Amino acid sequence: MNAMPALVADIVRSSFVDGPGNRYVVFFQGCTFNCLACHNPHTIGVHPTADTRQMSVSEIVADVAESAPFISGVTVSGGEATCQSTVVAELFAQLAGDPRTAHLTRLVDSNGDADRVVWESLAPGMHGAMIDLKAFDDDVHQLLTGRSNQRVLQSLRCLDELDRLAEIRLLVVPGLNDDAEMLARTARWIGELASTPRIRVIAFRHAGTRPIARRLREATSADIEAVVTVLVAQGIDRARIAASVS
Amino acid sequence: MDRVDQARADIGELIGDPALTYRQRVQALAMAAENLLEPPLVSSACMAAIDAGIVCDMGEGHAPYRPRYTLPDYQALVANGSEFLELPAPSTFDDATTLLLAAYANVPSITGYPVWFGDLDAVLAPFADELDDDDLRAALRRFWILLDRLFPDAFAHANLGPADSRLAREVLAIHRDARQVVPNLTLKVDPEATPDALVLEAMRTVAAVGQPHVVNHPMMVADLGERYGVVSCYNSLPVGGGSHTLVRLNLHAAAQAHTGPATTFVTTTLPVYAELAAELIESRVRFLVEAAGFFDHSWLVAEGLLSLDRFTAMFGVFGLAECVAHLRAGLDGRYGHDAAANELAHEIVAAVAALVAERPMAYCEATAGRALPHSQAGLDSDEGVTAGARIPVGEEPDVYQHLRVVAPNHRHFASGVSDIVRLDDTLADNPQAAVDITAGALAMGMRDVTFEVDGGEFVRVTGYLVRRADLAHLAASPDHGVRHSSTVLGAASFTNAALDTRTVQRVRSHERDARPRR
Repeated sequence: MNAMPALVADIVRSSFVDGPGNRYVVFFQGCTFNCLACHNPHTIGVHPTADTRQMSVSEIVADVAESAPFISGVTVSGGEATCQSTVVAELFAQLAGDPRTAHLTRLVDSNGDADRVVWESLAPGMHGAMIDLKAFDDDVHQLLTGRSNQRVLQSLRCLDELDRLAEIRLLVVPGLNDDAEMLARTARWIGELASTPRIRVIAFRHAGTRPIARRLREATSADIEAVVTVLVAQGIDRARIAASVS
Repeated sequence: MDRVDQARADIGELIGDPALTYRQRVQALAMAAENLLEPPLVSSACMAAIDAGIVCDMGEGHAPYRPRYTLPDYQALVANGSEFLELPAPSTFDDATTLLLAAYANVPSITGYPVWFGDLDAVLAPFADELDDDDLRAALRRFWILLDRLFPDAFAHANLGPADSRLAREVLAIHRDARQVVPNLTLKVDPEATPDALVLEAMRTVAAVGQPHVVNHPMMVADLGERYGVVSCYNSLPVGGGSHTLVRLNLHAAAQAHTGPATTFVTTTLPVYAELAAELIESRVRFLVEAAGFFDHSWLVAEGLLSLDRFTAMFGVFGLAECVAHLRAGLDGRYGHDAAANELAHEIVAAVAALVAERPMAYCEATAGRALPHSQAGLDSDEGVTAGARIPVGEEPDVYQHLRVVAPNHRHFASGVSDIVRLDDTLADNPQAAVDITAGALAMGMRDVTFEVDGGEFVRVTGYLVRRADLAHLAASPDHGVRHSSTVLGAASFTNAALDTRTVQRVRSHERDARPRR
């Protein structure tokens, strides 16, 4: 049952920024993207380092149980948690089966670069996924992440069908992915989904990023408001949009 | 003659002190006059403990002529009106707030300002139905402004909950926007009865202005019954009564006075100083009731808004952290981080509670003839000693460990305890996080849950708040008064307790050490 341990970059027992409420967050090590704007670049590499650790699923569950009275739920993040989807599925199953933690919500924070089979395997134990959409146009996406966004868009559709799409995150890097016309197409595409997930507009910040990212401009509240205005103009309900600069 | 000369010098200084508003000056002059009298008689052992700073009367003054904390029954006031105030029972919202404001202005206290504004949602509920949302908001907003401008003292405290109501939600929204230090605000939370949606509304307000404070309603009802209120710095007391006095025991100083092995502190030294603190309480209570005759001539008593049988007295402790460190000198591991240190802290608190519960106290009928233990949140003059039973500022462990360590103390402090939990400022975008932490804290058996948001505009001092901008103003121009007397206190506390590593405002308080300089 516990054959495969998790390769973990970090554990944060109290986070206010990884989904609704106070959450326990497991940051898995290793990511399929290599984003210019990544604020946790040390979690990208897929191999163990001095800063990573192996943790068994039951070890994580026991630690979550300690925090359980104080939290809304658990978020798996990264790195890219779906790269270790077998472990995540097992973690969710054990959390759901343990009376100390069964009441907690279980969310995945993901870059969306996962196959349908992964989402189908996670869906039974997962309340929802929060997916980054770095850019709607593939050339812009490749510039920002080094990868195509085809699988991201497929993931969004798949999660929508599975009724597990909790949030779409639009990172705003001024001058790179905030073109109004592209954002309008993004909004229309989102509007065609069956579900109405929360849309979080996130300002790019330098904190935590690599030197190369310091050449990019940080997003201001005006940049964020401009993005929100485009989304709303395309028919997205303002109440669905969470926007913040900090 | 020396003393008279000293008093004249002190009074002359007060007359010309540029940092006092007119009302603050009058209050200080009254205190100076009172302190020319001899304090209520105590034994020489008690006097020595006071002089050594082990037992402290909180600078209430030498001749207690009004209770420290009063909680007039405002429900009865609005039901009956007042002959003294020459106002009938109100029939409209404006009549009700007018009657309340008139009453507040005539309630005595140590600070000169009322410490309790009542269960405002419940008291005003019968009058709110006549108003639509806009009119209610406008009327409440005017009332809220007057509370702050007429009673500029951060210890003046309003209560909400535990039931959800339109009024409670409107008050929370107005408080969030008004950015006032007054009133200090508490939400009574009953996990069974208070909806998460109301707690969430409260936590939105916490994210903006650091209030309200949360009190564990079922725990309070179990200890004091349904009719309790939270006043001043999180002091929970019977409604229709209050506390005659608050005396506090400096656990650190008591530990320093201890001789013999650390293990005998709670059985030898602690009982001695607890009794001396109780003696001081008793002498002050007897003076208030028997010599000053407060209960014989107050209009609040005559009209049934206060009664002697609803009163108690408060036995405060502070400096637990330093007490534990002193008793464990030479050992590794501090309170908050080490199991043995935590266990010793819990043992000391339990021992204090047991001593207070064993000691009959005059005129404390509301609490079975005993005083109530209280974790006292500090004075502006405290230096190098931690408030109440708190873990020292800057040494707090992570939030869950912090709450787990302090929670066992809470059941012993029926008249209130506050442990300040600092939250990240990202709370503003996710106030549900504080709802979650509150739920966990209450489930741990916390009686009082007090949050402060990192980098916020408001800084919590002992139990009250000050605005950073006012502190900065005071630091920049110390010779100009601020409207809230508690800001001045906050400035001293901020400096003395290194609160910037946590922190003050126009508002004054009783948590001021008013003893004459020695």
